[in-house]
Amino acid sequence: MEWIQQLINGISIGSIYALIALGYTMVYGIIKLINFAHGDVFMVGAFIGFYAIAKWEMNFFAALLLAMMLCAVFGVIIERVAYKRLRNSTRIAALITAIGVSLLIEYTVVFFRGAQLESYPKTIENKTITILGAQIGTHSILILSVSIGLMILLQFIVQKTKIGKAMRAVSHDADAARLMGINVDNTISATFAIGSSLAGAAGVIFGLYYTKIDPFMGVIPGLKAFIAAVLGGIGIIPGAMVGGMLLGVVETVVSALGFSLWRDAAAFIILILILVFKPEGIFGKNAREKV
Amino acid sequence: MKKSKIFWGYLVLALVIYGVGQALISMNVIDLYYQNMLITMCINLMLAVSLHLVIGITGQFSIGHAGFLAVGAYVSAIVTMKLGMPFIVAILAGAIVAMLAGLLVGIPTLRLKGDYLAIATLGFAEIIRIVILNIDYVGGAAGMQVSHMTTWTYAFFTALITVIVISNFTKSRHGRACISIREDEIASDAMGINTTYYKVAAFAIGAFFAGVAGAIFAHNTYIIQPASFGFLKSFDILIFVVLGGLGSLSGSVISAILLTFVSAYLANFPETRMIIYSLVLILVMLYRPTGLMGTKEITDLFKSKKKGGMTHDE
Repeated sequence: MEWIQQLINGISIGSIYALIALGYTMVYGIIKLINFAHGDVFMVGAFIGFYAIAKWEMNFFAALLLAMMLCAVFGVIIERVAYKRLRNSTRIAALITAIGVSLLIEYTVVFFRGAQLESYPKTIENKTITILGAQIGTHSILILSVSIGLMILLQFIVQKTKIGKAMRAVSHDADAARLMGINVDNTISATFAIGSSLAGAAGVIFGLYYTKIDPFMGVIPGLKAFIAAVLGGIGIIPGAMVGGMLLGVVETVVSALGFSLWRDAAAFIILILILVFKPEGIFGKNAREKV
Repeated sequence: MKKSKIFWGYLVLALVIYGVGQALISMNVIDLYYQNMLITMCINLMLAVSLHLVIGITGQFSIGHAGFLAVGAYVSAIVTMKLGMPFIVAILAGAIVAMLAGLLVGIPTLRLKGDYLAIATLGFAEIIRIVILNIDYVGGAAGMQVSHMTTWTYAFFTALITVIVISNFTKSRHGRACISIREDEIASDAMGINTTYYKVAAFAIGAFFAGVAGAIFAHNTYIIQPASFGFLKSFDILIFVVLGGLGSLSGSVISAILLTFVSAYLANFPETRMIIYSLVLILVMLYRPTGLMGTKEITDLFKSKKKGGMTHDE
């Protein structure tokens, strides 16, 4: 029964990774850029959620919505200011700029509020309920249901709406999409907005689950989410979801076996194994990458 | 003939710089603070030049250089502190083990390209750090005490050797092979260059000198901790290379020296320092993506155009 418990914990942590990984994978799919600053958008989302709940006394879901909206705007600003000019430059230049943006966000936050930890307010009581003999916290269930809800919403947007269709077209071939009358710039901005709002949501639920946030909290989950995106096949939306949950489960299992100090190393070892043996990821085909 | 004369000229210049530094130190003109700054400058210079070989010359985007720095630092510290061997042995041991680590990391990862390579090297550097964190023999997270052995002489000559070896490597046929890989990997493969061999070789040499820098670094501080070798350290080294110009040795040297000054003066305002660093990084990439020097060397500025034939552009 303990294993079911660990599995559920793993999946709920993994769903946070999956939410961040979706932003990575969508942005990579559309402009072939590893957006290093994505982990910091996640951090900013966590802080917006924190101030919304602690200072402005909003309830959890209102804070979640606010963080998602502000992060979407923030993501679009990053894209417009820093990345837009780099569309035609080398990959290395784009990657270095992304690293620069990431450092800039982190240290600007440190500059204005210091690097100290902040405890997330307990808005929702964490009760333990027993299902089939397994003890499961209500937070895990909440995280899981919020993430799955957002993922279904994302699938709906990408598959059924006009902007989703445009995103798929641009990721397939930006020039052809432009010839078909699609506004490529707006589509890319929309991708950043959606990806960043998911990262913002992940930030708020991360804060709720781990209760501690700080300006550098985005770095490691950001890297792990990237690993999750690569694991599932970068550019593929269901791949990011499965990759994130798989990574969460692997980490929980490594911790449960008593190697909790090696937990971060496990993620990087997975990354290297997947890059060396199956760089296209679990769901990847050898063909071109898609959104 | 001409070239060797230039080489000896620079060597004499370097010795003069060393002599002036040594005289100033022995006559107590500059205090410990500035002495430490000079040594840090040499360490950063070595790191910048060794990463320049990997990124600037061979075109392999590695952002895990701090991992090799950590290996060099810890191995050399073990050699002096636990085994009681002399410092020079420790430097060599640190460098060789770092080179082996470079081979170990390089052989699987250098098959990857661009972004994937960057992430894989970052991942390896993190694995190295986590492994060190979990070894109780070297003190784990608390760190390891190291006695102060680095002097201006050690720091200067290791940096000088680094620059000489890497500049001569770049000018040799091996170096030209590496440059051809940077320019077009497929084309150089088609010309019969063993691209994997040269990529791994450049990576291993880069790791070797990062190991040397690690040994000097470890014996300049009194304690080494895994936390000092995180990816922020890798980004610091990356900034030297990028700002100086991807492919310019003198550019890396100049930016390493300049940025050491800047960070020493901003040491009391670490946030401001990082904000400035990151803004510089973004602005350089947006407005001058080749870095300040591009692929040109400072010596190119003094050459008359008639002679030609020495540019690294093509």
